[in-house]
Amino acid sequence: MAYDKFNVLTSTVVPLPNENVDTDQIIPARFLKATEREGFGDNLFRDWRYDVEGNPKKDFVLNDSTYSGKILLAGRNFGSGSSREHAVWALYDYGFRCVVSSFFADIFKNNCLNIGVLPVTISPEFADVLFAAVEADPRTEVEVDIDTQKITLLSTGQSESFDINAYKKENMKNGFDDIDYLLNLKEEIEEFEKGRK
Amino acid sequence: MEKKTLFDKIWDAHVVKSVPSGPDVFFIDKHFIHEVTSPVAFLNLEKRGVGVLHPQRTVGTPDHNVPTVDQDKTIKDKLSRMQVEKLRENCKKHGIELHDLGSAHHGIVHVIGPELGITQPGMTIVCGDSHTSTHGAFGAIAFGIGTSEVEMVLATQCIMQSKAKKMRITVDGELGAGVTSKDIILYIIAKISAAGATGYFVEYAGSAIESLSMEARMTICNMSIEMGARGGLIAPDETTFNYLKGKQYAPKGEEWEKTVAYWKSLKTDDEAVFDKEYHFDAADIEPMITYGTNPGMGIKVKGNIPSTEGMEGSNKSSYLKSLDYMGFVPGEAIQGKKVDFVFVGSCTNGRIEDIRSVANYVKGKKKADNITAWIVPGSREVEKMAHEEGLVKILEEAGFELRQPGCSACLAMNDDKIPSGKYAVSTSNRNFEGRQGPGARTMLASPLTVAAVAVKGEICDPREIF
Ligand code: SF4
Repeated sequence: MAYDKFNVLTSTVVPLPNENVDTDQIIPARFLKATEREGFGDNLFRDWRYDVEGNPKKDFVLNDSTYSGKILLAGRNFGSGSSREHAVWALYDYGFRCVVSSFFADIFKNNCLNIGVLPVTISPEFADVLFAAVEADPRTEVEVDIDTQKITLLSTGQSESFDINAYKKENMKNGFDDIDYLLNLKEEIEEFEKGRK
Repeated sequence: MEKKTLFDKIWDAHVVKSVPSGPDVFFIDKHFIHEVTSPVAFLNLEKRGVGVLHPQRTVGTPDHNVPTVDQDKTIKDKLSRMQVEKLRENCKKHGIELHDLGSAHHGIVHVIGPELGITQPGMTIVCGDSHTSTHGAFGAIAFGIGTSEVEMVLATQCIMQSKAKKMRITVDGELGAGVTSKDIILYIIAKISAAGATGYFVEYAGSAIESLSMEARMTICNMSIEMGARGGLIAPDETTFNYLKGKQYAPKGEEWEKTVAYWKSLKTDDEAVFDKEYHFDAADIEPMITYGTNPGMGIKVKGNIPSTEGMEGSNKSSYLKSLDYMGFVPGEAIQGKKVDFVFVGSCTNGRIEDIRSVANYVKGKKKADNITAWIVPGSREVEKMAHEEGLVKILEEAGFELRQPGCSACLAMNDDKIPSGKYAVSTSNRNFEGRQGPGARTMLASPLTVAAVAVKGEICDPREIF
């Protein structure tokens, strides 16, 4: 479905330095039972965020009011495991528009691009710089510009470029998804299918 | 002529169109759907006012959240029931074949596809489930997709995909007694890490792989995703053809001969180049088990949990957090650790061969008193065979509890949950925190190791009680 256009995002950052955060942590399987797409944000990082009685765990970053923002700064190999798009729906629904990491799992990254959350891959060194800056000052702002493909730490001006393929970039900028594109190709696809039988 | 890998051959034959500096428009031959990742896709189609383009190319089954007892009764959990009902409704409305609960071919989607002969060499196969990679065992390009892509396949039979890089993992030599294909894949993942194949599609090759049955090959391809790979595949050979011959959806008669001739062409050319290659020797592989919270954290059953030497920063803190969750200490041996549950099932090891291997081991023995032992067949067909071969009787006498087919404790969406803090040795594929229930501590191993653990009540090497 169509999503908000992405151009320049300037925001404070929520840091989550854990490595290998899998989609079962982002949204545990028992919360995948809805037949609609809304409301998953409430269960984002459920078991890290709440104890068994449903009380917020104080030491988890989403329960720490010092940190907020539309950018999630994540550790290495973020989003591994299940193909559940619910993980990205949960991030989106919670209010994240961008995830920054030095390494993403494949399917997760694809899912992000399909529903309008921008995955930004940076070098491990720059990730360290960002983590340190946010730790020193939680009000630190980061700017993500999809057009110039640049991510900048505003307090120091340090920046890095990131990759995104041109097709996906246009989609993100316009809030389009692949289905719009594919539906326009229906005749070509039909021809192709006939040739395969 | 350009030398191609098996992956290239299948991929290139399915590209409808290449988008300049973008992904390929990629045609999908077979699409599997289940109750959890498809409802939103159908809902969105409706919102767009678009129908299903080729309903005969999609097959559905409810597996992820279904109960594994009383499957003939109404599902008690309201949300699960709604998802299953939605699947029925959507399949009926769009004319999609459904293998419903209780029907002869109900089961885990990645078990029934091959069983019915729907999965065939040379195909492109997707499903809203990352373990779709299982079907690669037949020499198909098979991988998991997100719900937006499920919607794309339903609407257009295509998705937009960039071609992955190519990796070959060759395992040569002979496997030792008591070492299974699950040990091979746990060994490989431990060697190259849980993210080591991210961005790649893996071809498994070598004499050790060629000697495996289809079931064993499926176990290996199944877990490709656990090292980050998009999928894994194995070139089809006589083992593949023999498995498929006579299956319900396999070609018949003259068509069979013609198709097999084509299937035989599906191999990597001799001089084709891979972006990355690994070689392993089967003789180095021993029974494996995981001790941490991702499948790359595996060691020999006889080994010690790695110490923190040489680790630093977030790497070390993530490692310690993982061990803390598991209740283990760096450097200690894993053998002898007490276990509470064993789980035999899932699309990794819920096939008839797996059940045979467990039954064969526990025959005439009893499970230890501290163990709760669940065995969940991957499909009705597997369940039926297990009854007919007398395996169920053997297992029940040994104290195992047989449940009805489904994903069950593999992801614990239904009631089959391992209680918080308890240890489970499982034949499934993921040992993530909470995967088998909130707070559950999962160790992954082969069916044979699981059988030995069930009898001994603690982590042990299956070769020692042979
Ligand atoms: S058995 Fe487990 S891994 Fe396989 S499809 Fe079901 S939930 Fe996924």
